[in-house]
Amino acid sequence: MQLTNRSQIVVNKQMTFWEKMYLPAIISGLAITVKHLFRKRATVKYPEETRPVSAVYRGWHVLKRDEQGRENCTACGLCAVACPAEAITMTAAERKKGEEHLYREEKYAAVYEINMLRCIYCGLCEEACPKEAIFLTDRMVPSDLLRSSFIFGKDKLVEGTSPETKIDISQRTNAHRKP
Amino acid sequence: MPKVTIDGHTIEVPEGTTILQAARMIGGDVTPPAMCYYSKLKTSGGYCRTCIVKVTKGSEKDPRPMPKPVASCRTTVMDGMEVQNNSAPDLLEARKGVVEFLLINHPLDCPICDQAGECHLQDLSYENGLSTSRYEFKRREFEKIDIGDKIKLHMTRCILCYRCVKVADQVCDTRVHGVINRGDVAEISTYIEKAVDHDFSGNMIDVCPVGALTDRTFRFKSRVWFTRPMDAHRDCKTCCGRVVLYMSGNEVLRVSARKDQWGEVEDASEGRAGWICNECRFEKKELKDWTVEGPRNIDRHSVISQNQYLEKKNLRIDVSNQKQIEEKAHN
Repeated sequence: MQLTNRSQIVVNKQMTFWEKMYLPAIISGLAITVKHLFRKRATVKYPEETRPVSAVYRGWHVLKRDEQGRENCTACGLCAVACPAEAITMTAAERKKGEEHLYREEKYAAVYEINMLRCIYCGLCEEACPKEAIFLTDRMVPSDLLRSSFIFGKDKLVEGTSPETKIDISQRTNAHRKP
Repeated sequence: MPKVTIDGHTIEVPEGTTILQAARMIGGDVTPPAMCYYSKLKTSGGYCRTCIVKVTKGSEKDPRPMPKPVASCRTTVMDGMEVQNNSAPDLLEARKGVVEFLLINHPLDCPICDQAGECHLQDLSYENGLSTSRYEFKRREFEKIDIGDKIKLHMTRCILCYRCVKVADQVCDTRVHGVINRGDVAEISTYIEKAVDHDFSGNMIDVCPVGALTDRTFRFKSRVWFTRPMDAHRDCKTCCGRVVLYMSGNEVLRVSARKDQWGEVEDASEGRAGWICNECRFEKKELKDWTVEGPRNIDRHSVISQNQYLEKKNLRIDVSNQKQIEEKAHN
């Protein structure tokens, strides 16, 4: 009984001498290879070269500072409670006298950690943040050999104070803005 | 026994019951919110006006409606009275106005406030408030002071509900703080800093509906929704010793009195309110001081029950094991 018309009858035909040499097959294979040498490459040489990403691409988080260089984050914990992967942990501390130039409000995050292996880059922390402190950026998280190096502390999350080390998120906030 | 109808629910209540108490007997959405009224404190209520209701029929004998919304915490029911709370849109509009007034000077600094998550004003403004403020002037500003050794006062957050004053009057027998000045410069204060040191003064923290009075031993330790509330008790000479421990792992971060569904202190025994002493509240921060009864039942709509999807039995902490570990460490 024939179920489909795609079935083929198997024949165990002996190859001829010409076919046993494999030369036509090798030549046609090499022709394909040579043809690809002149085609446009499908890959880029990361990290020297990067692909353009969307303005709302969600990658490596940044903890922003305000225009006076003070950290925006007040360790309110809303990002951590919004996080579906439970990747965010933090410890709050009280700002002392003389630290007003470092932290914007009287409470700040002494420890702020994101487990980048847990993170699913959904951006809910950014949605939840009432202080415009956390943003996801277009930077990709580099690979590493140790699990422990994927727990990003404040050293890897907070942006720098100098203009060169500041992380631009203006594209992102503009894309978010409703017309 | 007077019969009162609130939002279409009729209930028979004892003579002298207020509309708010009758509404609480019915329960559910019928109950108006209350910021200053506290059933465990005599003469509380009548300041904040959030509990206003519309009385559409005064009583059976005098069926005229009351001309203005009345404060339900201070108005006693009459036989045949008909009250509207949620069913009157104009009343809800009036309550929105009240909430806006309460929020005029409130800094809305919930991200840094320790009360966030269990704050009555937060709930109230979420339900009734506007998301923006129409107030254009500078809000009141105060220095944060340590009103007691272990109590922090953020006067900017205060809504002048007078609950802490009533606690000092009725629960502690001496009162050293109160409302100073009047009108828009009125503030809760002591004349001398760190003057509040009565053994039961910590209950001010529990009665405060906002984050004006907070526990200094818990200050910025954790957000309340990252803690696990556990019922616990201990044999205390001065108070009932029935508390809720807010724990993180096996660490006790904060101790508070047990609160019922209205956010008021539960009755301990013989109908007496379960106020707790400062020793239980501030000093006993070790698990071995307490007999843990089990996890506190938190309303599942509360943010405090967020992320606590463990089975109840798994939430139990093995106290005996903890004691053994500590004894070993001691030896």
